[in-house]
Order: sequence, then C-alpha cells, then structure tokens
Amino acid sequence: MESVESRRIVTDEEKLEAKNFNIFDLPDVPKGLPPHLELERTRVVCKVDAPTHTTETIYSGAYAFMGVDNSVNLENFSENFKVDVISLTETDMVFDMIGIPAGIANAFRRILLAELPSMAIEKVFVVNNTSIVQDEVLAHRLGLVPIAADPRLFEYLSENDQPNEMNTIVFKLHVKCPKGDSRRKVLTSELKWLPNGSELLKESAGGSTKQKTYTSFSRSQDSFPEFADNPITPSFQDILLAKLGPGQEIELEAHAVKGIGKTHAKWSPVATAWYRMLPEVILLKEFKGKHAEELVKVCPKKVFDIEDMGQGRKRATVARPRDCSLCRECLREGGEEVVPKKGGEEVVPKKGGEEVVPKKGGEEKAEVKSKGKREWVDQVALRRVRNHYIFTIESTGSQPPDVLFTEAVKVLEDKCERVISELS
Amino acid sequence: MEHGSITNNSHATFTLTEEDHTLANAVRFVLNQDPRVTVGAYTIPHPSHEKVNIRVQTTGDPASEVFKDACQELMQINRHVRSVFDKAVTAYKAEEERKAKEAEEELKRQRELFGSMDIESN
Repeated sequence: MESVESRRIVTDEEKLEAKNFNIFDLPDVPKGLPPHLELERTRVVCKVDAPTHTTETIYSGAYAFMGVDNSVNLENFSENFKVDVISLTETDMVFDMIGIPAGIANAFRRILLAELPSMAIEKVFVVNNTSIVQDEVLAHRLGLVPIAADPRLFEYLSENDQPNEMNTIVFKLHVKCPKGDSRRKVLTSELKWLPNGSELLKESAGGSTKQKTYTSFSRSQDSFPEFADNPITPSFQDILLAKLGPGQEIELEAHAVKGIGKTHAKWSPVATAWYRMLPEVILLKEFKGKHAEELVKVCPKKVFDIEDMGQGRKRATVARPRDCSLCRECLREGGEEVVPKKGGEEVVPKKGGEEVVPKKGGEEKAEVKSKGKREWVDQVALRRVRNHYIFTIESTGSQPPDVLFTEAVKVLEDKCERVISELS
Repeated sequence: MEHGSITNNSHATFTLTEEDHTLANAVRFVLNQDPRVTVGAYTIPHPSHEKVNIRVQTTGDPASEVFKDACQELMQINRHVRSVFDKAVTAYKAEEERKAKEAEEELKRQRELFGSMDIESN
C-alpha cells in the first residue's frame, strides 16, 4: 500500500534514492507482495480503453507461495472495517464502507432493493371513477405511492388471512370536480387514512342484520402508540394521482399491505441503493506550468487543482479524487500524440517550453500501441480502491435510510441463521 | 439439503431453496477465506427456480461443518458491521446536533451584538 501511495509524484528526493539504489540493500527474504501484485490486489486500474484486474482475489491461499496470507478472518476484518458517514438526511444517506468484501457489500445492496419489507397499496376498491384515468391505471399509480408507515409494526397478509388492523392500512379517496369549475389535480394529500378499517359494505346474499365491511379490525389503529399522534400518510403529499375535468369524480378505497421488493418493485423501500469504489487519481510525473493548466482544463469533473510553488512556478495537484467519474478524458485528450518510431522508442513531438520525456517501463505503461495514443496515458493513473465502497441509499420515505441499512444487515444474518439451523 | 457421498464427507453440494446470489455469493466469499476449503463455489441451475447449489470441497474436514462455520463467520461479520455502522451513525448525528447548536448560538450572539449596536446608535 505504501509503495503505491508514494508514487503520487516523483520528487527529487525519490530520484536521488533511485540513483543510489543497490540490490544488495534489499532484505534477504522479501516481505509482502511485490508492488505490481499489491497493486492488482488492492486496486482496479482503469486503462484508457478498459479497466484491468477487476475481479477480487478471494482465495485465501492465492499468495501463499510468497508467504502472504490473503484470508479475511473475523479478527483482521474487525480491525480493518470502518464506516464513515458522509451525509445523512431523512431520505438520503451516503457513507463509506471500508474493508468490506465485494460479495457482502453487494448482498446488502441486493437486500435493500429486493428483500426489505415496506407497506404499499395492493387492493383498490373503486366505487366510482368517471375520470379519464382508467381504474387499473389509477390502481397501479396508487400502488407506487410510498407510504410512511413502519413495516416492522405490521404483519404479512397471507392468502387465507382476514385483513385486520395488524396487516392492512386503509385509505379513502373521494374527490370531485364540480361542474363549472376548472380542471383540478388529485394529489396524494387527498388520501385519507381510515384507522378503523374499511367503510365499504360487503354485499351479502342473506341480508343479515350486521353488515360486513372488507376488513375486520378488532381495534382502531389510532390506539397504536406509534400512530396515536402521527397519522399514517403517504410519504409525499404532492404526488399527482389523476386530473379531474368538470363533473368528474373519483371515489375509492385503497388497502395497503406489507410486502417485499422481490414480489413487486412498489414494495421496495428504496428509490435506489448503490455503491461505487473510491476513485484514486495519481499523477505519475509532475505536471508543471502549462501542462498543469491543461490538466485542470481537460478534466470535466474538476478533479485537479493548481498549486503555487512560488516564483511563478505552478504544479498540478489532485484535489478532489472523489469526484472522478472515470471518464478518462485526461488520458484520451491530454498531452501530445505519441508517434511510434521504429525500434520501439516512443517520441513525443517537442512543442516549445518544457520537454516531456515519456516514462519507460513501469507498471502503469498502457499496452495501447494504436494510432492516436496520447502521452498522458502513462502519466496519469486512474484507479479504484477495492474494498472501499461509497454506499448511497435513497429511501422512499417509509423509513430513514440508516434504519434500512441496519435492517438489511439483519436480513442477511437471518439468512445465515436459517442455513445453520437447517444443517444441524 | 445436502448431497454428499457416504464414504467421503469432505465433498458435498448444498441445495438451498428460496435463496439467490445475495446469500450464495457472500457465503462463497467466506468459504474461500477458510484455509480448509479447496473448492467453494455456487451455481443457480435455472433462473426460474428459486434454488441455489453451493459446492464445498475441503482438505479433509466434513464439508457440512466447514459450510456451517462459514455461515457462522458471515453472521459474525454482519453483527460487527451492524455495530460499527450504528456507532458511526450515532456519532454523526451527535456531531450534527452539536454543529446545529453551535450555529444557533452564534446566530443568537450576533443578534445580541446587533441589538446592542442598535441601542448605541439610538
């Protein structure tokens, strides 16, 4: 890792060190991995046409022949694992997860998307709908409305269950656009929560004394301590459901139940959850003067800055590597074109000012020998740090994103537990 | 469900129903981290069947034990992730609260300063 870090900019000191290098000064038994293997192990290197070493080496004995242990056991995992919260709001969260294997990070992401429960409208009883939006389209739109109710307080409604206060949330929508008025919108704010359950009467054949409704609540959901002061509403009050012309009317009842994203995406508690690896941008040579200015200009994400070294000398620095989107514009457009000459030597046409000597050899040398290769291909290294994930969770508003992540981890724990109990 | 051989219990395939890449890939990772494992891999035989086969071959230990250990390990990793995450979130929230409080106090202080200046001008 350190050898990688120190390659940022070749300083005069390092040049001197390289000059005085003596092979006999090296330790008798090499310790750790050689730099090129260490780079492959810890970084994805993004070359001008494609990234290399994209797969993680997970086999614990992969480097055993060099005396290096590649295993992750609980002790060294606990030691290295870190979480940094970058931002956290009601609906969005960005955090760094450092030292987690890709498979486990991906499991969290997959669980967040498909296996965490939330409440969504599943049944719509349309009493009257004279709007131009058809019943089924309206029902579908209602289904996608996120509902701000903690799904942990509810149970799943199975096929043979009666809808009751523990598994169903009932909303009523009754809107009308009187004749003579102008057209109006129907927003989610008009969905009214019915804590006592359905108000629609079931048509019974026998005309019994007590009319049944579509739900059988034994007590009002108002009496739940969680909902006593804050009634259940859609997460957002300004989602457009339909538009009504003069004389049109919608009257319906919507029943929300608990479900998971695997069954239907409307139950996914996240708008999206994704991660990216931490970008690492390294200048393998010093970019001075107009080259520095060119580097700053060529980057659309403004990753680079210019550092004033005094006496009017300027040097480029990597100021915001996190913003690097890996567009590789600096590799594609930066510097002069390299003209291949006979004998394998590469010559950079001189163009006033400083002369640029292309770096020869070294691990960063790109294999691209085609026409139009730019000199910076070998001078700017774009990498991604493995096992350092920038995780983003966008919640739909049913639960805060930090709660969602904790729940996702719990789901994976439960899966393991299930397997263990089935095996024993 | 375990498919193994009677004579050699160090090789086995485990069939898990109602599971997919989510668990299988994570377990595969943990399996490969175990030095006792020679082969740890998984396959989903058909995408429309909710089923995954996990193959475990070991250097001699019973495959089911090694597989169980891997699940145990994964569970402990998860527990650790959860505790670290919770701590980080609590710390972040506390820090945000402190910052908000500080900003409020600063505002109050400036208002007071402004007020006193006003009095002086009057």
